[in-house]
Amino acid sequence: MAEHIVEAPAPGKILRVHVEEGKRVAAGDRICVLEALKMELPIVAPVGGTVKALHMSPGQTVEAGDPLAVIEASP
Amino acid sequence: MFEGELLGVFALTWQAAVMLGLGGLLIYLGIAKQVEPVLLVPIGMGVILANVPLGGLTEAGGLLAVLRKAGIDTQLFPLLIFIGVGAMIDFGSLLERPYTVFLGAAAQFGIFGTFFLAYFLGDGGLRLFDFSFNDAISIGIIGSADGPTSIYVATMLGSKYTPAIVVAAYSYMALVPIIQPPIMRALTTEAERRLAMPTRAQKVSRRTRVLFPIVTILVVGLIAPKATPLIGTLMFGNLLRESRVLERLSQAAQNEMANIVTILLGLTVGGMMVARDFLRLETIMIYVMGVVAFALGTAAGLILGKGMYLASGKRINPLIGAAGISAFPMCARVVQRVGLEANPQNHLLMHAAGANTAGQIASVVAGGAALVLAPFFA
Repeated sequence: MAEHIVEAPAPGKILRVHVEEGKRVAAGDRICVLEALKMELPIVAPVGGTVKALHMSPGQTVEAGDPLAVIEASP
Repeated sequence: MFEGELLGVFALTWQAAVMLGLGGLLIYLGIAKQVEPVLLVPIGMGVILANVPLGGLTEAGGLLAVLRKAGIDTQLFPLLIFIGVGAMIDFGSLLERPYTVFLGAAAQFGIFGTFFLAYFLGDGGLRLFDFSFNDAISIGIIGSADGPTSIYVATMLGSKYTPAIVVAAYSYMALVPIIQPPIMRALTTEAERRLAMPTRAQKVSRRTRVLFPIVTILVVGLIAPKATPLIGTLMFGNLLRESRVLERLSQAAQNEMANIVTILLGLTVGGMMVARDFLRLETIMIYVMGVVAFALGTAAGLILGKGMYLASGKRINPLIGAAGISAFPMCARVVQRVGLEANPQNHLLMHAAGANTAGQIASVVAGGAALVLAPFFA
């Protein structure tokens, strides 16, 4: 079971979170929307699997490289 | 004669009517299409006010004439704007990725390419258009994609096309999302565009951030002294931001001052567009050359980006080179969008912002260099 950490690609603010802990996601599913430089960046799941942990909530500010979510890959 | 003095409608020439229509068009673009409304609405209104017959706003003592004398002829407005711009820009993305400085430099090629073309079409060759050496430099500076620098250089060189150049520079900055993507797609491969870059970057210390504006003023000033007013105000604004003890001043520079000067600058630039100077073939040509300048700068940035892609062992996405022209943050956003199109995991925003802020500095240096070199050739 490989774990994938989804990192914030830029410093900014979390606008919306689209997943919940424990729920399944498919590769390419939207995890959250991050606002940086007045632009909305859709963050998508790199792999399909289960959301093991969420490290963000709407309105939170993040730095580049901060972990946003951990996804446990499963087929 | 008597009626003409009282009723403007008798004094309305067709040229002035065209200008009134143009002013209306700029306001329409700003409000209905949201193309740089902050600039185009005041500029559009300036055009209308300047071209209503017998209004007297552009005659000696009139509002627009006074503003022009106080703010444009003295360079005051663009320099005050630069204090605000400096306070808005986070140079962290550049400091974390120092190599992006070369992308910012490469993208200034648009300035020089366009200058040669303008000079060749004008006094330097074909003489098809009334472009003197100084006009050609001022037209080239549109390629810096930097409004205040364009105003500064064009007025310092006394170009008779300053209003057209300024309006072209600002309107193309708004059109960056339309001009750049086709060039980006043409010059890069799908595989190159897909390349994601690391999210984490080396953090820069507060000391570095505070020293950066001061060191930049000294380095740029000692190399290209004519750029000192521009780089000095830009970096002063940035010092207000990075000092972290001048939050009030930093906010005032970014908001109140930048907004007030933008209102005055927009009105004044619009007020410089009177039919006699504006409705000529050269104006149209300046618009054409503006696109050339933006396209050349974008292409030069991309080509150096491709070089870096190869030299780095395919770790640098060449797209970020397109952000080397200094329209900030429009170019960085365009790079982000085109990168994301190729690969939904690919967020190039901060890397592009590095090149973008480097471009801001590079365009000021290029403007300063042009001012230093111009007297030797003109």
